[in-house]
Amino acid sequence: MELLEIKNLVVQYSVGRDVVQAVNGISLTVKEGATIGLVGETGAGKTTTALSVMGLVPNPPGKVKSGEILLDGEDLLKKSNKEMRKIRGKDIAMIFQDPMTSLNPVMTVGEQIMEVIQLHEKISRQDAQKKACEMLELVGIPGQRYGEYPHQFSGGMKQRVIIAIALACNPRLLIADEPTTALDVTIQAQVLDMMRRLKETYKTAMILITHDLGVVAEVCDQVAIMYAGEIVEKGTLEDIYESPRHPYTIGLFQSIPDLDVESERLNIIPGMMPDPAALPEGCNFCERCQHATEQCKKQPPVVRLSDTHEVQCFLAQDEKGGE
Amino acid sequence: MLHGGNPVQHKLYMEIEEGKQVLRYIAKRILMMLPILFGITVIVFTLMYITPGDPAYAILGENATPEQVMEIHKEYGLDDPYLIRLGRYFAGVLQGDFGTSYKTGRPVFTEIMDRYPNTLKLALLSTLLGVVIGVAAGIIAAVKQYSIFDRVGTIISLFGVSAPSFWVAMVLVLLFSVKLKILPATGTYGPQYWILPVFTLGLQASTSIMRMTRSSMLEVIRQDYIRTSRAKGQSEWKTIMHHAFKNAQVPIVTIIGIRICGFLAGAVLVETVFAIPGLGKYIIDSVNFKDYPVVQGGVLWIGLNCIVINLLVDIVYCFIDPRIKSMYSNKKKAAAVGTGGASNG
Repeated sequence: MELLEIKNLVVQYSVGRDVVQAVNGISLTVKEGATIGLVGETGAGKTTTALSVMGLVPNPPGKVKSGEILLDGEDLLKKSNKEMRKIRGKDIAMIFQDPMTSLNPVMTVGEQIMEVIQLHEKISRQDAQKKACEMLELVGIPGQRYGEYPHQFSGGMKQRVIIAIALACNPRLLIADEPTTALDVTIQAQVLDMMRRLKETYKTAMILITHDLGVVAEVCDQVAIMYAGEIVEKGTLEDIYESPRHPYTIGLFQSIPDLDVESERLNIIPGMMPDPAALPEGCNFCERCQHATEQCKKQPPVVRLSDTHEVQCFLAQDEKGGE
Repeated sequence: MLHGGNPVQHKLYMEIEEGKQVLRYIAKRILMMLPILFGITVIVFTLMYITPGDPAYAILGENATPEQVMEIHKEYGLDDPYLIRLGRYFAGVLQGDFGTSYKTGRPVFTEIMDRYPNTLKLALLSTLLGVVIGVAAGIIAAVKQYSIFDRVGTIISLFGVSAPSFWVAMVLVLLFSVKLKILPATGTYGPQYWILPVFTLGLQASTSIMRMTRSSMLEVIRQDYIRTSRAKGQSEWKTIMHHAFKNAQVPIVTIIGIRICGFLAGAVLVETVFAIPGLGKYIIDSVNFKDYPVVQGGVLWIGLNCIVINLLVDIVYCFIDPRIKSMYSNKKKAAAVGTGGASNG
């Protein structure tokens, strides 16, 4: 059963006279209870995609130009602000990247959890308070620390509080925007483990935004690789990790250092991501691609390699045609 | 732990503990007031001492005979060396005696207290008006940045900061007293007499408060926790008021404190235009008359007021921002709480 369907989403930011094409016609489906990893470099449009789903693209300068975002078949882009407020925090919750700045420093953590509960559930103050304590316990923080302020918590604990806020109303879709990037590695593992456990317990679907392929391998069932505002390849975890087809995906995997091979330098993808205010014609990756040919100056086709595996590249089309 | 698992009890316990620390901090601050007041007294006394001119002539008039002048000098101890006079003044102040006015012969403290209520009333009412207008306008300007309201508000506030208060006062008198004849121009005989002076100073205060509110709000509105609040499904109004405004208050409270201090000492021009018998005007008159004890006493009194206001501002910070509160508390204690927290996690 499809929970969320993004169809041909286009989001642009106008900065002065430039138009930054942050998201260029992406399509994505999230099934109920599934976890999909959205992978890409900084500036690939991952966060903008997430904010579009939340209806929180900062406007101005950002604007959703076209496309549909369907939750249970209802287009979120057509909903009023008031209707979206009922969905945010209740049906779709989001965990932000930086736990240090995502909590209000002058409110106790308990109040911040309670706030979302009171917004979406008609229960008394005492009950909301009790539930907030339970949420704290659920993420491994003693309930008696309810009345403490964010500055009294460590980074990892703050991120757990944020997770508690996100899960407080038992959302059906959780968007986690680089939830572990700001944490050190040992805490990362704890937080990821906890997220996976809670997700399984509550059957929450999740979009995990990250640039860490290791995290994706650990948590996700499906993967979508984003580059310059487009999804260049998507498929199941096996599709992407065992048989990546897009040159960019292959480059990403090659750039992970291999412990068994001694090498002086890391394998990198040469060049930089194109300026999103001046994208090249045709394939966005073609300037950095070793396999680029003349035809790459045209818009590459989306090739279905299997029921689950799709890639946007001429190369795949040629190979498929040749088979 | 001594306190049970009940979060409300725990919170109460934490607050009592922290409250004790903050009280200790306040006591320390009150002790620190003494050297400051000492400094103010020495500086003002010295300034008056080195000012040329003889108060005896001010008391007796230009045509005083040398004998009369000598008599006055003897009576007031004006011929004694600097340190002896300073010591005598301190001895008096410590006993609550600020000396007597050369001009009226009444105790300085009584003279000050006759005028202080007027000054305090004017300062507090004007600041209150300034806060109401300034904070509201500042929030709207920040939320609707670059809108017509923001642009017009910024221009008006620039005008308000630059326009001299005596000029604004006279324009208001011309308009409401002379032309429209709906408000009295001078005196302090009833509530209606306060409207124009309070408006003059209040508008002036509102401009600086608005600018501070606007810039502070703009900074806060861009913070991640504002986005968190929206992601919870919170309404825009509550996001602005509960999350943004509370975080923006520290600089606003600071400027409000500065404003009150400024109005206590510096409302001279407005007091003059509206003929309000206030402290500022009294001190200026006394400087001209060389009524040294009044100048010293008046400045010392205003200094004390400003120190108390600054202390109040610092205490208000505690209620706004818990981080400042824990900074005030014992550092060792804060560290212990920190490690306790980490071991829990």
